[in-house]
Amino acid sequence: MSTTTLSRTAATAKPSVRKSSETPWGSPVVYFIGLLLIGICVGPVLYIVLGGFRSNSQITTDPSGLPNPFEFSHYATILGSSSFWKPAGMSILAAVTTTLGVVILGVMAAFALARYSFRGREVLYSVFAAGLMFPLSVAITPLYTIILKLGLLDQMAGIILPGIAFALPTTIIILVPFLRAIPKELEEASALDGLSRLGFFGRIVVPLAVPGLITVGVLAFVGSWNGYMLPLFVFNTHTPTLPLGVAQFSTQHSVDTASVLAYTSMSMIPALLFFSLFERRIVGGLTGAVKG
Amino acid sequence: MSHPSTGGSRVAAPPQREGHGPASGGDASALPAGSGRRGRTAWRQRFEITVLTGPALIVFLGFVIAPVIVAAYCGFFNWNGYGPLVKSVGFDNYIAVLKDKNFYEALGHNIFIVVMSLLCQGPLALLVALLLNKKMKGRSALRVLLFVPYVISEAIIGVGWRLILGTGQTGGALNALLDNIGLGWLQHYWLDNGSAIWVLLGICTWKYLGYAIILFLAGMQGIPEELSEAAAIDGASYWKTQWHITLPLLGPTLRIWAFLSIIGSLQLFDLVYVIWGKAAQFTGVSTMASYMVQSGRDMGRWGYGNAVAVVMFLISLVIALAYQRFVLRRDTEGSLTEGR
Repeated sequence: MSTTTLSRTAATAKPSVRKSSETPWGSPVVYFIGLLLIGICVGPVLYIVLGGFRSNSQITTDPSGLPNPFEFSHYATILGSSSFWKPAGMSILAAVTTTLGVVILGVMAAFALARYSFRGREVLYSVFAAGLMFPLSVAITPLYTIILKLGLLDQMAGIILPGIAFALPTTIIILVPFLRAIPKELEEASALDGLSRLGFFGRIVVPLAVPGLITVGVLAFVGSWNGYMLPLFVFNTHTPTLPLGVAQFSTQHSVDTASVLAYTSMSMIPALLFFSLFERRIVGGLTGAVKG
Repeated sequence: MSHPSTGGSRVAAPPQREGHGPASGGDASALPAGSGRRGRTAWRQRFEITVLTGPALIVFLGFVIAPVIVAAYCGFFNWNGYGPLVKSVGFDNYIAVLKDKNFYEALGHNIFIVVMSLLCQGPLALLVALLLNKKMKGRSALRVLLFVPYVISEAIIGVGWRLILGTGQTGGALNALLDNIGLGWLQHYWLDNGSAIWVLLGICTWKYLGYAIILFLAGMQGIPEELSEAAAIDGASYWKTQWHITLPLLGPTLRIWAFLSIIGSLQLFDLVYVIWGKAAQFTGVSTMASYMVQSGRDMGRWGYGNAVAVVMFLISLVIALAYQRFVLRRDTEGSLTEGR
């Protein structure tokens, strides 16, 4: 189901880009409403980015004004300080490892669920799917207990392993129909060529599934990058990841509003950049997950 | 927990029954094999399934399912978060949760956000999606920009919103902007008691409206154009077509969106904790999750926090199951249970 959605969104999106000279203009009312919406959505983000270019005295005299003149010192200070780069590095490390873990474990499990028939397969699938009903904020207090018992407090593994676990349900729900759509003839042909089932998985399924893997990978990456609650519980003494870093910085430097704004906009950039690169994948993945 | 038990049942199952259903793929049937060979293939298949699903299952059970069981157990103790569980207090923690009016207040805020999010975001997103559901210039750019709030971390954007809405005497950027454009009479202490919950609702709407629009647009693109063309030929007006054709066909998308929205509203935490912090309880924006963190973790009462987690889990589970049973039944028939 979701694979058809994926291919459909991809198919409809492509021509609209190519034939943009032929697409008609909409009515002015639609554009007016569209601009209004963009203003509402992007306005606050723009305020944060521009606010970082103002001095604190500018902000105090008129909190809503534009930078005049532009002050680059706040961004320069943030860019030169380890209080930004350390959490940024931790965030990248956590997000990359979580993504790899989710994709590898997810595609393995999804392959078994999609292409083997065995007793308890439906049960196993619903166990994973039920994970959607166990949101992190419900599980966090006991999760802390488990992380403590495993000795993972203040350790990267303490946010990576739970991060993988909580991303698995969506991953499997998206990947199972995707892998099931691979034609059976391919499997039979590879069996005739002497390829074992695991060989078929490694040599044929995984390369064919790359678009699906990118989708679930991007979702896992953004989810890990934006996580706040998990690092809040796991890290007591240590440099945490960026969302926590922003919150801490803002309370420690509450008088230095301009620096807080600069720090905040610096931490938004990676997610926005990543999103604009993979926009179609994220949108396709989300809609695919919903329709699956 | 259930990993060894499913493994056990798999081992106990007679090999002949495995993989021989009519719909079973080409595992054994692709091989022209005798019964001995077949038995070995079945064994091999079980081994492969264990290797493939084992790691995911262990991580998943260990960090998603086990916490709920641990919580139910820890809820019976008076525990400070470290050291052994010794001071058993029976059901006291659970009773205390169910007697605390602060918990009910938090639950009330969650329900308010659940209902109001559906009522605000649903119609608004539907209207915008209908407007945008035409081929026109700039639509893909619009789609990207509408999605911006969704992509940014709740915690990071929470810091930004706190500065915009203002704390203390400075009043923030929004009040200054209102003053500058001659709407000074609208100035308000946005984050204070009374308006706080509406501000929270507003920020949630701001953050998740784009997501709803994108979902609805994707759903609308799945509806064949011939249907509305036929209706137009029959003389139906634009809005009548949308009402009688697009909306009913969008049903599955709407129902799943509502489900995700409800689950999201029930677990609301990051925004509340970053914007209001420990003041959430006194400003009328506490949620179940923020209550759990403040009365559990922040006060070192981990046993109590676990009891709150269990109550919260049961409330979410009942709502989710009821929704699946009564609303989603038609759409997900098979898809969640049979992996189709």
